[in-house]
Amino acid sequence: MNLLETDSAALLAAVRRVLIAKGVLTDAEIADRIAKTEQASPALGARMVAKGWLEPDYRALLLEDGTKAAETLGIMIRGAPPLGVLENTPLVHNLVVCTLCSCYPRAVLGYPPFWFKSAAYRARAVRDPRGVLAEWGTLLPDNVRVRVVDSTADYRWMVLPQRPAGTEGWDEAQLAAIVREGDMIGVTVPDGARLREKTLYPER
Amino acid sequence: MDKDLFRAHHDLGGVSKFLCEPIDKEPHILTDFDREVDAIRQVLAAKKLMTTDELRRGIEAIPEEDYHRLSYYQRWIRSITDNMLRRGVVTEAELRAALEGQ
Repeated sequence: MNLLETDSAALLAAVRRVLIAKGVLTDAEIADRIAKTEQASPALGARMVAKGWLEPDYRALLLEDGTKAAETLGIMIRGAPPLGVLENTPLVHNLVVCTLCSCYPRAVLGYPPFWFKSAAYRARAVRDPRGVLAEWGTLLPDNVRVRVVDSTADYRWMVLPQRPAGTEGWDEAQLAAIVREGDMIGVTVPDGARLREKTLYPER
Repeated sequence: MDKDLFRAHHDLGGVSKFLCEPIDKEPHILTDFDREVDAIRQVLAAKKLMTTDELRRGIEAIPEEDYHRLSYYQRWIRSITDNMLRRGVVTEAELRAALEGQ
């Protein structure tokens, strides 16, 4: 039997055991890497978005060099491909997909969500982006151009959504709290109803 | 258009057979298996024992039927194993012995 067709759990256990026995890696290195990976989450990207909404200089840096903008906030991107940031405007809405696999700006958004890796999303996002957006309840006016951007192994993208109305005077933490994972991929936009609820009931 | 164009099976942009498939938007919690495979991939990359391109090649080499049957990280462990064998970091004999010892 082809070794690679072995049951995946058994294969993982065997590969891990051999790699450790040969001194290639250690249990501690694996545990440490899992812990580090779990620290990255959409909250990091949300901080970048909120800061970009508040500070024109930071917004310019975001759009010019996403990697540098992340590192300015102490988010380490080293070793990962460059990060590009796509700005939504009243006339252009950006949607990010990786048609070939699952390329994702993990340093700033964490693990990619399940649906981002699915065949349906990867196939449909480039052919019927408005239909895909509608599955999230995101309905854009006809005059808004939808731009679909394919993330690759060599370049990762996140979306800078538009700051919603009704957030005047909010500070960075308040703004960051309303930015969701999907807003930074482009399947959703920061949501007015949710926003009011957050303001009224911040603990939820 | 798909008729006219050869597509590798991982090249899913616009592929018609998935165009009517709804997107499963539910959150799927990662399992210990998923996290462990992900971490091993990162540690091997940090030690310069596997590149992203090698990981991708290994995933894209999985036959189409298996590709769609396997979960995301099941594809990854298959690719990682493939690459460790190709690089000689582990041997088939060592892996078989470890599998028998389980």
